[in-house]
Amino acid sequence: MTLLPKAILLVAVLGLAACNNPNRFGAGGADGAGAAGGFGAGGIGTSGLGDPNDPRSVAYFNQTVGDRVLFAVDQHTLSPEARMVLQGQAQWLNANAQYAIIIEGHADEQGTREYNVALSGRRANAVRDFLISQGVAGSRMQTIPYGKERPIAVCSDETCYAQNRRAVTVLSMGAGV
Amino acid sequence: MTLIRSLTPVLTLAIGLLVGALSPAVAQDQGPLRITITDGVIEPLPFAVPSFVAENGAAGEFAANITRVIASDLEGTGLFREIPAAAHIAQVTSFDAPVSFPDWQAINAQALIVGAVSASGDQIVVKFRLFDVFSGQQMGEGLQFAGTPGTWRRMAHKVADAVYSRITGEGPYFDSRVVFVSESGPKNQRVKRLAVMDYDGANVSYLTDGASIVLAPRFSPTGNQIVFTSYQSGFPRIYLMDLGSMQVQALAQTEGNITFAPRFAPDGRTVVFSLERDGNTDIYALDIGSGQVRQLTNAPSIETAPSFSPDGSQIVFESDRSGSQQIYVMPASGGEGQRISNGPGRYGTPVWSPQGDYIAFTKQNAGRFHIGVMRTNGSEERLLTASFLDEGPTWAPNGRVVMFTRESAGEGGQPALFSVDISGRNLRQIPTDGPASDPAWSPLLP
Repeated sequence: MTLLPKAILLVAVLGLAACNNPNRFGAGGADGAGAAGGFGAGGIGTSGLGDPNDPRSVAYFNQTVGDRVLFAVDQHTLSPEARMVLQGQAQWLNANAQYAIIIEGHADEQGTREYNVALSGRRANAVRDFLISQGVAGSRMQTIPYGKERPIAVCSDETCYAQNRRAVTVLSMGAGV
Repeated sequence: MTLIRSLTPVLTLAIGLLVGALSPAVAQDQGPLRITITDGVIEPLPFAVPSFVAENGAAGEFAANITRVIASDLEGTGLFREIPAAAHIAQVTSFDAPVSFPDWQAINAQALIVGAVSASGDQIVVKFRLFDVFSGQQMGEGLQFAGTPGTWRRMAHKVADAVYSRITGEGPYFDSRVVFVSESGPKNQRVKRLAVMDYDGANVSYLTDGASIVLAPRFSPTGNQIVFTSYQSGFPRIYLMDLGSMQVQALAQTEGNITFAPRFAPDGRTVVFSLERDGNTDIYALDIGSGQVRQLTNAPSIETAPSFSPDGSQIVFESDRSGSQQIYVMPASGGEGQRISNGPGRYGTPVWSPQGDYIAFTKQNAGRFHIGVMRTNGSEERLLTASFLDEGPTWAPNGRVVMFTRESAGEGGQPALFSVDISGRNLRQIPTDGPASDPAWSPLLP
């Protein structure tokens, strides 16, 4: 491993953390289809995130492990599918302890603004609690409730709403989130 | 009979109509006012406002513009209809000349506003008189306002407020401002900026630069400060901005705190807000001066959107403790509170009216959003609007009109500001430069 690619990776990831808005990067946020099935890149461009075939790369975490889980309407309980994804996240996070973790909670647009902030806080914390139960240190994690402010899919029907009711695990280097 | 005596019962009728109190036949017996009601639509009161007399050369443009704003304010209520100048018979060339009532009666103007403007250097003076045309009487005293040229719109609003109040018996509200969130950009990457404007959309200025998401600004009781939520730290947190100095101060900040939904108490020294910790959201109160924070609710459910009663003794808020969002009232000192919403659907964003008589709210039911009002004990609920997404009502200073956000559906969906009066009549879009959301009405300006 050379030092340079890792430095580029760090810059990219730190930029992401500072912005707290992965959808701003790359095409995934705009086309929505990038998140089909809920386990896509979520708008995070893979350049600088390492080789997606490298199981230790952030790109691998985002795409292969899966960086997000989805929720039912007005719910924050984790589905069996979500638990499987989060078990994979926990394994990966336990093996790659150098990353700090931001868990973004999101809601669809069917709800009032403030309630949705609170609801998305519940969702982010449901993920946090589960990861803690799987051995990930709580001190590595912070949650951000985005409410309905950052949809990833922009239509106004269930196909989009289902993608927007999500919690996304975003990695950054070190504890200084 | 003077205009004010004959009009007041008609206005009462307008408000009472939604509760179905009076029949149209009663309204048609109002004599010379000829206000009729058909299917809940009130025939607006015809009035004339001949262009204010420019008492010197420099006043010409102000006189014309002020006259237009007065007419626009009154027409905007839906209660008044202007008789256009082209139909006027009499010409008003002097503020003090006798009013030729037969000429105004002939075009069926019920109310007549006569005014004049003078301008000198850095001051303009606006004066007006209001007349009940059919009784041939002046209504109330003539009034005069003086200010710098930059305040000409406010002086026009003051004139219109006086006319509105004298004729309707309701409190004034035109001379007020609205703070809101100006939006731009695509739906998945919205840029949000705090902005403030006159109640009618004029005189917009921007308070933040759009670098961070901002939500739901609210005025202080004196109108010179706002509280709002910003993601500038990366996390939603509440801030106070002084509108004079534009200085921003973080409130209730401790490491890792997530705070939102701030609103002033009537004393102007306390801010209530929501704090989310470990996924649970409760309501807290902050004493701005001391920084002391008190927890007001303590439940595993979501408690948010607190709003004080105008006497400061109670707080209305929303909670999903029953399994869905509902509205509760608790003492200002905190507690469990009493549920007041009882209909089908979900109820949120309750806001106590400035008069204390109603609570406005957002309701979601059967896939639609509504703005509604109910009495403070939950009775007399009535829905004022229905759409794909209406939310977040805010009260006009007189408690007779609410403004709210209406968002359209789909990829190109955008929010806009609308107002409606509490009878459910007169739904109007407020003109803004672009998409806009989260309006909050100021108190009446001094």
